[in-house]
Amino acid sequence: MPALTRWFIKAAMLYLVAALALSVVMQSALAGQLPLLRALWPTYLHLLVVGWLTQLIFGVAFWMFPKYSSASPRGHDALGWACFVLLNLGLLLRAVAEPLQAVGRPHAPLLIASAVAQLLAGWGFVANTWPRVKER
Amino acid sequence: MPRLSVLLVRSALCYLAIGLLAGAVLLASRGVFLGAWVGRLLPIHIEFLLMGWTVQLALGVAFWVLPRFRTGPERGRVELAWLAYGLLNLGVLAAAIGQAAALPPAVSVLGRAAEALAAAAFSLHAWPRVKMFGTPK
Repeated sequence: MPALTRWFIKAAMLYLVAALALSVVMQSALAGQLPLLRALWPTYLHLLVVGWLTQLIFGVAFWMFPKYSSASPRGHDALGWACFVLLNLGLLLRAVAEPLQAVGRPHAPLLIASAVAQLLAGWGFVANTWPRVKER
Repeated sequence: MPRLSVLLVRSALCYLAIGLLAGAVLLASRGVFLGAWVGRLLPIHIEFLLMGWTVQLALGVAFWVLPRFRTGPERGRVELAWLAYGLLNLGVLAAAIGQAAALPPAVSVLGRAAEALAAAAFSLHAWPRVKMFGTPK
Protein backbone atom coordinates (compact mmCIF):
# COMPACT_ATOMS: atom_id res chain seq x y z
CA MET A 1 0.00 0.00 0.00
CA PRO A 2 1.58 3.32 -1.05
CA ALA A 3 2.30 5.99 1.57
CA LEU A 4 -0.33 8.37 0.13
CA THR A 5 -3.01 5.70 0.43
CA ARG A 6 -2.07 5.13 4.06
CA TRP A 7 -2.41 8.85 4.75
CA PHE A 8 -5.77 9.02 2.97
CA ILE A 9 -7.19 6.01 4.80
CA LYS A 10 -5.89 6.99 8.23
CA ALA A 11 -7.18 10.55 7.80
CA ALA A 12 -10.52 9.08 6.65
CA MET A 13 -10.74 7.02 9.83
CA LEU A 14 -10.04 10.11 11.95
CA TYR A 15 -12.86 11.98 10.18
CA LEU A 16 -15.21 9.03 10.73
CA VAL A 17 -14.53 9.10 14.46
CA ALA A 18 -14.77 12.92 14.59
CA ALA A 19 -18.02 13.00 12.62
CA LEU A 20 -19.68 10.35 14.74
CA ALA A 21 -18.47 12.02 17.95
CA LEU A 22 -19.97 15.28 16.69
CA SER A 23 -23.23 13.48 15.96
CA VAL A 24 -23.36 12.24 19.56
CA VAL A 25 -23.01 15.80 20.83
CA MET A 26 -25.60 17.06 18.32
CA GLN A 27 -28.11 14.43 19.50
CA SER A 28 -27.45 14.95 23.20
CA ALA A 29 -29.34 17.12 25.65
CA LEU A 30 -26.58 19.69 25.20
CA ALA A 31 -28.04 20.53 21.77
CA GLY A 32 -31.17 21.85 23.51
CA GLN A 33 -29.08 24.36 25.44
CA LEU A 34 -26.71 25.27 22.62
CA PRO A 35 -28.61 25.94 19.36
CA LEU A 36 -25.18 26.31 17.73
CA LEU A 37 -24.87 22.55 17.78
CA ARG A 38 -27.95 22.13 15.58
CA ALA A 39 -26.36 24.45 13.02
CA LEU A 40 -23.47 22.04 12.65
CA TRP A 41 -25.52 19.54 10.63
CA PRO A 42 -23.79 20.45 7.30
CA THR A 43 -20.38 20.22 8.98
CA TYR A 44 -21.21 16.77 10.33
CA LEU A 45 -22.52 15.62 6.96
CA HIS A 46 -19.42 16.80 5.09
CA LEU A 47 -16.99 15.37 7.64
CA LEU A 48 -18.71 12.04 7.07
CA VAL A 49 -19.24 12.12 3.30
CA VAL A 50 -16.13 14.02 2.20
CA GLY A 51 -13.74 13.39 5.11
CA TRP A 52 -14.56 9.70 5.49
CA LEU A 53 -16.23 8.29 2.38
CA THR A 54 -14.66 10.36 -0.41
CA GLN A 55 -11.23 10.33 1.18
CA LEU A 56 -11.37 6.56 1.60
CA ILE A 57 -12.33 6.21 -2.08
CA PHE A 58 -9.47 8.52 -3.13
CA GLY A 59 -6.98 6.48 -1.13
CA VAL A 60 -8.13 3.09 -2.38
CA ALA A 61 -8.44 4.27 -6.00
CA PHE A 62 -4.90 5.68 -5.89
CA TRP A 63 -3.73 2.27 -4.74
CA MET A 64 -5.84 -0.18 -6.74
CA PHE A 65 -6.71 1.37 -10.10
CA PRO A 66 -4.85 0.20 -13.21
CA LYS A 67 -1.31 1.50 -13.56
CA TYR A 68 -0.73 4.74 -15.44
CA SER A 69 2.61 3.49 -16.80
CA SER A 70 5.44 1.28 -15.65
CA ALA A 71 7.55 4.37 -14.87
CA SER A 72 4.75 6.18 -13.00
CA PRO A 73 2.32 3.45 -11.96
CA ARG A 74 0.09 5.78 -9.95
CA GLY A 75 0.18 8.82 -12.17
CA HIS A 76 1.56 12.04 -10.76
CA ASP A 77 2.42 11.46 -7.12
CA ALA A 78 2.83 15.19 -6.44
CA LEU A 79 -0.70 15.82 -7.68
CA GLY A 80 -1.94 13.03 -5.43
CA TRP A 81 -0.28 14.62 -2.40
CA ALA A 82 -1.64 18.03 -3.37
CA CYS A 83 -5.15 16.49 -3.43
CA PHE A 84 -4.62 15.09 0.05
CA VAL A 85 -3.43 18.39 1.49
CA LEU A 86 -6.10 20.48 -0.25
CA LEU A 87 -8.95 18.16 0.67
CA ASN A 88 -8.02 18.14 4.34
CA LEU A 89 -7.21 21.84 4.44
CA GLY A 90 -10.58 22.58 2.86
CA LEU A 91 -12.45 20.38 5.30
CA LEU A 92 -10.68 21.79 8.34
CA LEU A 93 -11.36 25.35 7.18
CA ARG A 94 -15.00 24.42 6.79
CA ALA A 95 -15.07 22.91 10.27
CA VAL A 96 -13.88 26.28 11.60
CA ALA A 97 -15.87 28.60 9.34
CA GLU A 98 -19.30 27.00 9.77
CA PRO A 99 -19.37 27.21 13.59
CA LEU A 100 -18.14 30.81 13.33
CA GLN A 101 -21.02 31.59 10.99
CA ALA A 102 -23.46 29.82 13.30
CA VAL A 103 -22.49 32.13 16.19
CA GLY A 104 -23.03 35.18 13.99
CA ARG A 105 -19.45 35.77 12.96
CA PRO A 106 -19.42 34.85 9.28
CA HIS A 107 -15.95 34.69 7.81
CA ALA A 108 -16.24 34.89 4.02
CA PRO A 109 -12.53 34.39 3.23
CA LEU A 110 -12.45 31.13 5.21
CA LEU A 111 -15.57 29.81 3.50
CA ILE A 112 -14.27 30.72 0.06
CA ALA A 113 -10.83 29.26 0.77
CA SER A 114 -12.49 26.05 1.98
CA ALA A 115 -14.65 25.86 -1.15
CA VAL A 116 -11.71 26.45 -3.49
CA ALA A 117 -9.43 23.99 -1.68
CA GLN A 118 -11.98 21.16 -1.79
CA LEU A 119 -12.82 21.89 -5.42
CA LEU A 120 -9.16 21.82 -6.46
CA ALA A 121 -8.62 18.60 -4.50
CA GLY A 122 -11.49 16.92 -6.33
CA TRP A 123 -10.46 18.18 -9.73
CA GLY A 124 -6.88 17.12 -9.05
CA PHE A 125 -8.10 13.64 -8.21
CA VAL A 126 -10.14 13.51 -11.42
CA ALA A 127 -7.15 14.67 -13.49
CA ASN A 128 -4.82 12.13 -11.89
CA THR A 129 -7.28 9.23 -12.03
CA TRP A 130 -8.79 9.75 -15.50
CA PRO A 131 -5.87 8.30 -17.51
CA ARG A 132 -5.70 5.29 -15.19
CA VAL A 133 -9.30 4.33 -15.98
CA LYS A 134 -8.68 2.37 -19.15
CA GLU A 135 -9.41 -0.90 -20.85
CA ARG A 136 -6.79 -3.59 -20.54
CA MET B 1 -10.75 -2.95 -16.63
CA PRO B 2 -13.72 -3.86 -18.90
CA ARG B 3 -15.27 -1.22 -21.18
CA LEU B 4 -18.43 -0.83 -19.09
CA SER B 5 -16.38 -0.23 -15.94
CA VAL B 6 -14.36 2.41 -17.79
CA LEU B 7 -17.60 4.16 -18.78
CA LEU B 8 -19.11 3.88 -15.31
CA VAL B 9 -15.98 5.14 -13.52
CA ARG B 10 -15.30 7.95 -16.00
CA SER B 11 -18.94 9.05 -15.81
CA ALA B 12 -18.61 8.99 -12.02
CA LEU B 13 -15.50 11.21 -12.26
CA CYS B 14 -17.43 13.69 -14.41
CA TYR B 15 -20.22 13.84 -11.84
CA LEU B 16 -17.61 14.31 -9.09
CA ALA B 17 -16.07 17.27 -10.92
CA ILE B 18 -19.43 18.98 -11.56
CA GLY B 19 -20.96 18.07 -8.19
CA LEU B 20 -17.96 19.52 -6.36
CA LEU B 21 -18.17 22.71 -8.42
CA ALA B 22 -21.83 23.09 -7.41
CA GLY B 23 -20.87 22.44 -3.78
CA ALA B 24 -18.04 24.95 -3.88
CA VAL B 25 -20.35 27.66 -5.23
CA LEU B 26 -22.93 26.82 -2.55
CA LEU B 27 -20.32 27.00 0.22
CA ALA B 28 -18.78 30.22 -1.07
CA SER B 29 -22.25 31.78 -1.34
CA ARG B 30 -22.60 31.46 2.42
CA GLY B 31 -19.82 34.02 2.69
CA VAL B 32 -20.62 36.20 -0.30
CA PHE B 33 -24.07 36.72 -1.77
CA LEU B 34 -23.97 35.40 -5.32
CA GLY B 35 -27.68 35.55 -6.10
CA ALA B 36 -30.83 33.58 -5.36
CA TRP B 37 -30.08 31.21 -8.24
CA VAL B 38 -27.35 29.53 -6.18
CA GLY B 39 -29.95 27.66 -4.14
CA ARG B 40 -30.92 25.77 -7.28
CA LEU B 41 -27.52 24.11 -7.28
CA LEU B 42 -28.31 22.11 -4.13
CA PRO B 43 -30.22 19.26 -5.86
CA ILE B 44 -27.46 19.06 -8.48
CA HIS B 45 -24.80 18.92 -5.73
CA ILE B 46 -26.61 16.16 -3.83
CA GLU B 47 -27.78 14.05 -6.79
CA PHE B 48 -24.52 14.23 -8.69
CA LEU B 49 -22.33 13.37 -5.72
CA LEU B 50 -24.54 10.74 -4.09
CA MET B 51 -25.86 8.86 -7.12
CA GLY B 52 -23.72 10.06 -10.00
CA TRP B 53 -20.38 9.77 -8.20
CA THR B 54 -20.58 7.41 -5.23
CA VAL B 55 -23.14 4.87 -6.44
CA GLN B 56 -21.89 4.86 -10.03
CA LEU B 57 -18.28 4.40 -8.93
CA ALA B 58 -19.33 1.44 -6.78
CA LEU B 59 -21.16 -0.15 -9.73
CA GLY B 60 -18.15 0.37 -11.99
CA VAL B 61 -15.73 -1.21 -9.57
CA ALA B 62 -18.14 -4.05 -8.76
CA PHE B 63 -18.58 -4.89 -12.45
CA TRP B 64 -14.80 -5.02 -12.71
CA VAL B 65 -13.82 -7.00 -9.61
CA LEU B 66 -16.71 -9.34 -8.75
CA PRO B 67 -15.93 -13.03 -9.40
CA ARG B 68 -16.37 -14.18 -13.01
CA PHE B 69 -17.77 -17.42 -14.41
CA ARG B 70 -15.61 -20.22 -15.80
CA THR B 71 -18.19 -21.25 -18.37
CA GLY B 72 -20.36 -19.11 -20.61
CA PRO B 73 -20.05 -15.31 -20.63
CA GLU B 74 -17.43 -14.57 -17.98
CA ARG B 75 -19.39 -11.68 -16.46
CA GLY B 76 -22.83 -13.22 -16.90
CA ARG B 77 -25.78 -11.11 -18.06
CA VAL B 78 -23.83 -8.06 -19.12
CA GLU B 79 -26.82 -6.49 -20.86
CA LEU B 80 -28.43 -5.90 -17.47
CA ALA B 81 -25.36 -3.96 -16.31
CA TRP B 82 -25.43 -1.86 -19.50
CA LEU B 83 -29.12 -1.20 -18.89
CA ALA B 84 -28.25 -0.09 -15.34
CA TYR B 85 -25.63 2.31 -16.72
CA GLY B 86 -28.13 3.93 -19.08
CA LEU B 87 -30.94 4.12 -16.55
CA LEU B 88 -28.73 5.46 -13.77
CA ASN B 89 -27.38 8.33 -15.83
CA LEU B 90 -30.79 9.15 -17.25
CA GLY B 91 -32.16 9.09 -13.72
CA VAL B 92 -29.45 11.28 -12.20
CA LEU B 93 -29.83 13.92 -14.89
CA ALA B 94 -33.64 13.91 -14.75
CA ALA B 95 -33.79 14.02 -10.95
CA ALA B 96 -31.15 16.74 -10.64
CA ILE B 97 -32.21 18.99 -13.50
CA GLY B 98 -35.89 18.39 -12.81
CA GLN B 99 -35.48 19.84 -9.32
CA ALA B 100 -32.91 22.51 -10.16
CA ALA B 101 -34.89 23.90 -13.09
CA ALA B 102 -38.23 23.54 -11.25
CA LEU B 103 -39.60 21.33 -14.03
CA PRO B 104 -42.89 19.49 -13.43
CA PRO B 105 -42.47 17.08 -10.49
CA ALA B 106 -43.06 14.14 -12.83
CA VAL B 107 -39.57 14.67 -14.29
CA SER B 108 -37.76 14.14 -11.02
CA VAL B 109 -40.12 11.29 -10.07
CA LEU B 110 -39.28 9.57 -13.35
CA GLY B 111 -35.62 10.24 -12.67
CA ARG B 112 -35.83 8.55 -9.30
CA ALA B 113 -37.75 5.66 -10.86
CA ALA B 114 -34.97 5.25 -13.44
CA GLU B 115 -32.40 5.19 -10.62
CA ALA B 116 -34.41 2.52 -8.79
CA LEU B 117 -34.70 0.42 -11.96
CA ALA B 118 -30.96 0.83 -12.51
CA ALA B 119 -30.34 -0.53 -9.03
CA ALA B 120 -32.64 -3.49 -9.72
CA ALA B 121 -31.02 -4.22 -13.10
CA PHE B 122 -27.51 -4.10 -11.67
CA SER B 123 -28.49 -6.26 -8.71
CA LEU B 124 -29.95 -8.87 -11.08
CA HIS B 125 -26.68 -8.81 -13.00
CA ALA B 126 -24.42 -8.99 -9.96
CA TRP B 127 -26.41 -11.41 -7.79
CA PRO B 128 -25.01 -14.65 -9.29
CA ARG B 129 -21.49 -13.14 -9.32
CA VAL B 130 -21.50 -12.77 -5.55
CA LYS B 131 -19.99 -16.19 -4.93
CA MET B 132 -16.79 -17.83 -3.83
CA PHE B 133 -13.87 -17.40 -6.21
CA GLY B 134 -13.30 -20.55 -8.26
CA THR B 135 -16.84 -21.95 -8.04
CA PRO B 136 -18.24 -22.69 -11.53
CA LYS B 137 -21.66 -21.02 -11.11
